[in-house]
Amino acid sequence: MTRTAFINARVLDPATGLDAPGALFVDGETILDMGPRLFHDAKPADAKFVDCKGLALAPGLIDMRVFTGEPGSEYRETLASASHAAAAGGVTTMIVMPNTDPVIDEPSLVDFIKRRAAATASVRVLPMAALTQGLAGQVMTEMGLLMEAGAVAFTDADRTIANARIMRRALAYASTFGALVVGHAEDPDLSEGAAMNEGEFATRLGLPSAPPVAETIIVERDVRLVELTGARFHIGQISCRASLDVVADAKAHGLPITCGVSAHHLALNELDIASYRTFHKVKPPLRSEADRAAMAEGVALGIIDVIVSSHDPQAADTKRQTFAQAAFGAIGLETLLPVALGLYHTGQTELLQVLTTMTTAPARILGLEGGRLAPGGPADIVIFDPDEPFQLDAVTLHSRAHNTPFDGRRFQGRVHMTYVAGERVFDRAQDTDV
Amino acid sequence: MPELNDSPILLSRHLLGIDGLSVGEIVGLLDLAEDYVALNRAVAKKQALLRGRTLINLFFEASTRTQSSFELAGKRLGADVLNMSVRTSSVSKGETLIDTATTLNAMRPDILVVRHQDSGAAELLARKLDCAVVNAGDGAHEHPTQALLDALTIRRRRGRLEGLVVAICGDILHSRVARSNINLLSKMGARVRLVAPRTLLPAEAARWGVEIFTDMKEGLAGVDIVMMLRLQLERMAGAFVPSTREYFRFYGLDREKLAHAKPGALVMHPGPMNRGVEIDSVIADDIEVSVIQEQVEMGVAIRMAVLDALARALPQEGQNAP
Repeated sequence: MTRTAFINARVLDPATGLDAPGALFVDGETILDMGPRLFHDAKPADAKFVDCKGLALAPGLIDMRVFTGEPGSEYRETLASASHAAAAGGVTTMIVMPNTDPVIDEPSLVDFIKRRAAATASVRVLPMAALTQGLAGQVMTEMGLLMEAGAVAFTDADRTIANARIMRRALAYASTFGALVVGHAEDPDLSEGAAMNEGEFATRLGLPSAPPVAETIIVERDVRLVELTGARFHIGQISCRASLDVVADAKAHGLPITCGVSAHHLALNELDIASYRTFHKVKPPLRSEADRAAMAEGVALGIIDVIVSSHDPQAADTKRQTFAQAAFGAIGLETLLPVALGLYHTGQTELLQVLTTMTTAPARILGLEGGRLAPGGPADIVIFDPDEPFQLDAVTLHSRAHNTPFDGRRFQGRVHMTYVAGERVFDRAQDTDV
Repeated sequence: MPELNDSPILLSRHLLGIDGLSVGEIVGLLDLAEDYVALNRAVAKKQALLRGRTLINLFFEASTRTQSSFELAGKRLGADVLNMSVRTSSVSKGETLIDTATTLNAMRPDILVVRHQDSGAAELLARKLDCAVVNAGDGAHEHPTQALLDALTIRRRRGRLEGLVVAICGDILHSRVARSNINLLSKMGARVRLVAPRTLLPAEAARWGVEIFTDMKEGLAGVDIVMMLRLQLERMAGAFVPSTREYFRFYGLDREKLAHAKPGALVMHPGPMNRGVEIDSVIADDIEVSVIQEQVEMGVAIRMAVLDALARALPQEGQNAP
């Protein structure tokens, strides 16, 4: 067994609230010990040392919303290429969405993703399975068998189940197995054909648009259905103030509901679309500045549980189009941490709370043992400088796709090293792509 | 042998559900049925108890076993039996049912056995007809003779109902068998558990005073009786459960799940069975645990007892028909 001692680190563990200079000791794939006093008296003789030089050491990030192109659209992104981007972004666990080709709606396909990831990906990959067969919103999937195969949750990815009766039954059936359902909130009729957020800017651009209530209506409906069925429910992403208020209210009433926000909706607003930049066409659409500010506030108040990348690789065929015809989606695995740290740098949110949204919170929601620096737990670690400034150059990104809306943007906070199960999967000092 | 004993057993002149029955009435029917079990096993099965009486089997829903069971019960007691299978029109069902009732009433039957796909149909007919009405299943409401025959089967095997733990498993939501059994078993002092996925459990089911389980192994732990329910084909394909293979994996009764029940626990099924969906053939055909064939036998005896009991309240010779 290889033993590795990480010394001279600023150890950040959101699970225990620890933020102190210290060390971490890894034995093979698991954490052996950690803390401020570790190695004070004696250093282990048989260990390899990694000098963190005062950088922050935190649990590896868990990204609850990653789209890849595998299977079906490998030219956009494979599990392997996405994992390289993840590693470079400090993400040690990717939760991948089921809207591939074929759709992950059957136990053998969950098995395929797991095997494929084990063989090719450098970070952990856990699949969500479809909630309805073929994502058609009609017939629920075999949730019991899919869970046994390893599906961590059930979702129709970027689709809303329009039929409330089917949504009710799916939630009721999921609750039978204690399964987590992840919803997408966008009324399909209200948002049909929409390319961006409804408002003055869409009017000026002359683009088809949908109002924020298209999201809030579904959030409200699903909250009521959760109340009825008692299912564990997570809203994949919210993007506006009104939805935030509904979630806050549902939580105040003790409903088993959590929600996420994408880094894009924390850092960008509809004006960033500027002159029809298709890399800014995402789902749900970028909202007003007031809504963006509400999302940051939601994270600070703990109403929003997780921050996700919503990493969605698209290629020239789908993005080199008019804005109305371009596909939705932007990549984000490598910009997740820098964007999220923006909330810390503006003074809105404590550093540990920012990290909570990408470590302990998703681990708690998904029932994973990672997301914390606990002895006996998996040695998934990110070593980063929370303050280091840099300007993003899209060319240096590790994803096979390059549709980032952040090209040229200045950030503060950069990943230096990433470890998965005790193995180094990224080291900026040796990163040939840089 | 039941001789011409005419002490009343039922207070009502109809049998519409378990809901209206007292413990005394249930025990009276079960005791009477015991006599008919013996009769049915004899060579000469024919009685003259219902001679001159007309029994109409009015079935709006297809049924093999219940209908033939009532037919046989009626014939063995000497009644003239008429079987009517009625195709319902999709429109104005209520009106059609009342029209049918009026027509039938004019034929002056003594006992009408009715099965209908709508809850409350037997009660509606009972209000409109002069004869005795037996509910042979109305929608998802009641199937009293099934619950009685199940009780008779259990009582003969276990000597009692009181204190037994009975797990009713499967499609509780749509099941009249479950409702009548929950009612009867609770009245008789048995403890009832319901085992089903949440999509097949009716709202507020716990208000019945039963225990609810979604995990079958937990639900079967230590039970004396396992009652399986039939899962209708149209309910398997995604609306309530995603597939038959998933249903069988989590809710189909196989050796592994049955092993959690009390050793020697009895397995029951109202039939017809979906082998490999709600029950493994190995269990269904195992005469050590399965009493499914016995249930069919008890069915005829119970229906004879019910017809006998109802006949005691019918106008007798010399009285004028109402």
